[in-house]
Amino acid sequence: MITFDDVVKVYPGGSTAVDHVSLELPTGKMTVLVGPSGCGKTTSLRMINRMISPTSGRVLIDGKDIADQDEALLRRGIGYVIQHAGLFPHRTVLDNVATVPVLLGKTRREARTAALGLLERVGLTEEFAKRYPAQLSGGQQQRVGVARALAADPPIMLMDEPFSAVDPVVREGLHREFLRLQQDLGKTIAMVTHDIDEAIKLGDVVAIFRQGGKLAQVGTPQELLTAPADDFVAEFVGRDRGIRSLSFDSAAELPVGELPADLVLDEAGRPLGWKSAGGVTPTGGTFTTSDSLRLVTDLAISSPVGTAVRVNAEGAADGVVRHHDLADYLATRRAAS
Amino acid sequence: MNLDYLFDAAHWDFSTGSIPQLIVSHLWYVFLALLIGLVIALPVGLYIGHTGRGSFIAINAGNAGRSLPTLGLLMLMVTLLGLGLLPVLIALTVLVIPPILTSAYAGLRTLDPGVVDAAKGVGMRPMQVLFRVELPMALPVLMSGFRSAALQVVATATVAAAVGLGGLGRLLIDGLAVNDYSRVLAGAIVVAVLAVLLDLVLALAQRWIVSPGLRASK
Amino acid sequence: MITYLSNNSETVLAALRQHITLALIPVLLGFLIALPIGYLGVRFPWLYHPLVNVAGVLYSIPSLALFVFLPVVLGTKILSPLNIVVALTIYTVALMARTVADGLRSVDRLITESATAMGYRRVRRLFDVELPVALPVILAGLRVATVSNISLVSVGALIGIGGLGQLFTRGFQLFYIEPILVGIILSVLLAGIADLIIVLIQRAVTPWTRVQGGRA
Repeated sequence: MITFDDVVKVYPGGSTAVDHVSLELPTGKMTVLVGPSGCGKTTSLRMINRMISPTSGRVLIDGKDIADQDEALLRRGIGYVIQHAGLFPHRTVLDNVATVPVLLGKTRREARTAALGLLERVGLTEEFAKRYPAQLSGGQQQRVGVARALAADPPIMLMDEPFSAVDPVVREGLHREFLRLQQDLGKTIAMVTHDIDEAIKLGDVVAIFRQGGKLAQVGTPQELLTAPADDFVAEFVGRDRGIRSLSFDSAAELPVGELPADLVLDEAGRPLGWKSAGGVTPTGGTFTTSDSLRLVTDLAISSPVGTAVRVNAEGAADGVVRHHDLADYLATRRAAS
Repeated sequence: MNLDYLFDAAHWDFSTGSIPQLIVSHLWYVFLALLIGLVIALPVGLYIGHTGRGSFIAINAGNAGRSLPTLGLLMLMVTLLGLGLLPVLIALTVLVIPPILTSAYAGLRTLDPGVVDAAKGVGMRPMQVLFRVELPMALPVLMSGFRSAALQVVATATVAAAVGLGGLGRLLIDGLAVNDYSRVLAGAIVVAVLAVLLDLVLALAQRWIVSPGLRASK
Repeated sequence: MITYLSNNSETVLAALRQHITLALIPVLLGFLIALPIGYLGVRFPWLYHPLVNVAGVLYSIPSLALFVFLPVVLGTKILSPLNIVVALTIYTVALMARTVADGLRSVDRLITESATAMGYRRVRRLFDVELPVALPVILAGLRVATVSNISLVSVGALIGIGGLGQLFTRGFQLFYIEPILVGIILSVLLAGIADLIIVLIQRAVTPWTRVQGGRA
């Protein structure tokens, strides 16, 4: 666990970057620090590996004050990923990944062998090993950056806007792979972003900072969406937080109606579409009990007949939800909570 | 350190061979060589930089110029053409051309292509693009090339006393010839101060003619 | 020219040997001295501008003036080769100290910061990360210093020690063009070969500068 204990950072010149922040980043979870620029999120992150020292207050890792530890040794035990990856241009991909193990005293050969495995882990084939960073795309560089941070198998990873320099499509892919990787590895991760969508998507815990280095709210993504602490948080998570919060609600409990006659099925019972004047209009998608209410809402709204189709594990239709039924369900649920 | 020659008032009147007279003639040779070099090298450098044609020449001119031994070039010219101002001036000019050519080229080539594109985009004609956008923006690089050309000529004009040119080199060469070390020292000090001051003046000129918007913010 | 060469091969070779020694010792000395000085200009940022200015002043002193001025400072004889070596070392330091400082300053802050964050201490970071990344800039400066040193040596002939420059003075005194041409050609060739060697070294030690750009 990483603990911020009443941490203050005042820069020479008098500007307060971090203002009495107390925060706990749980072990094995991903905590995302998010906020507008100049809110102290990056300063806070960089205090965890002592790239910046607090003016007052303490930062503790597993109860031990990091101010008492050797800077360089502390940093070798913390993975660090930044925007544009910060790869060493003069080293091959493989040697970039091998950096920290070599610093920790491993032989170059051992470190390289381990590095090869890591490259695979982040989705890069062996052919990339001998290349230089300049020969990689932005997304590939970022993967190498993640592999490099993981190389010494540190329990903690710090990530400063790691995905913001790549285009949205690549970013999607990196997010997916990163979540899968984190599921396997269970690192204690602190990540900084200015993108609230990214924070909600990736974070187990999200800490929202406001201008002047104050913490506005800390909570799970769902808590932030459903119960923002104040107007700033509400504004920051966005006006469409209502529909976005449905991403966290399962469709398992949602009552479904019987299959209507105008739903066309194939012989296995899989939905083909809706009967219409010109033939069959495709359903535009289906949901299962493991999907979110957000998907169901989207399907109901975009369906030509205002109805979302549920399928079972075999893909056969086993019920439908009409949009007015969905609205009623959400209303009773809200009243109950 | 014998500074008698330097501080002897008799050497500071304006008679022939006096220090002020040698300074003036030294500067005159420097000015001539720079002027001729500029007239030849600037248009060529700008043309190559603007069009990109003949880049090979511009890129290698700088290094080739640096590798020419100045004394050899001077003595070759004088041996070929006889004593006089002309052969020396040719040698000095030959040394001025490479740095100016290379820097004019580099100044234009290293410009942000977006800016040149924008200049065309707002409807400037090729000559307007060159003189209103490219040249002003290339000035810092161009000026640094011009400054190294100027230093090169000041130094080489000193050496040129060995092949009979006037200027401050006379104090050094004549002093060495008659073992008058005080005179040699006076020449060395004056020419060094002259070079440093000239570079300073050119640096100030650069500050003055280069747009403040292009000054590196550091 | 061929006749001149075959009749005077010993003189020419001796001059060439002296030329190489007088030019290259200062390059090595100057480079070694410039490395720590340039580093100080980066380590202590307030030192950078004084360093650049002093280097600029030293570099602008005409070579002949420096050659004859040094005996006063060093107490050497005016005919001592040491004057040439020291003068050219001063030029090399003036040029290279600035180049080293600029090269180190040109290293992307992101790269040095990630090195620090990964647990590099200052000295190892300098040798493992900053110097290698700055190497292309530093070696480009070394090329300039080497080539100008080689061409400057011959000015020393005016005070009696100038390697190939002695061929110039001899030819000039005898009004005889061959030695002058031979001297110029050998001097330019020497500069070209030295330059080429540094380029080859650069290609060997900085392979990452030759890879094709990233596909974004």
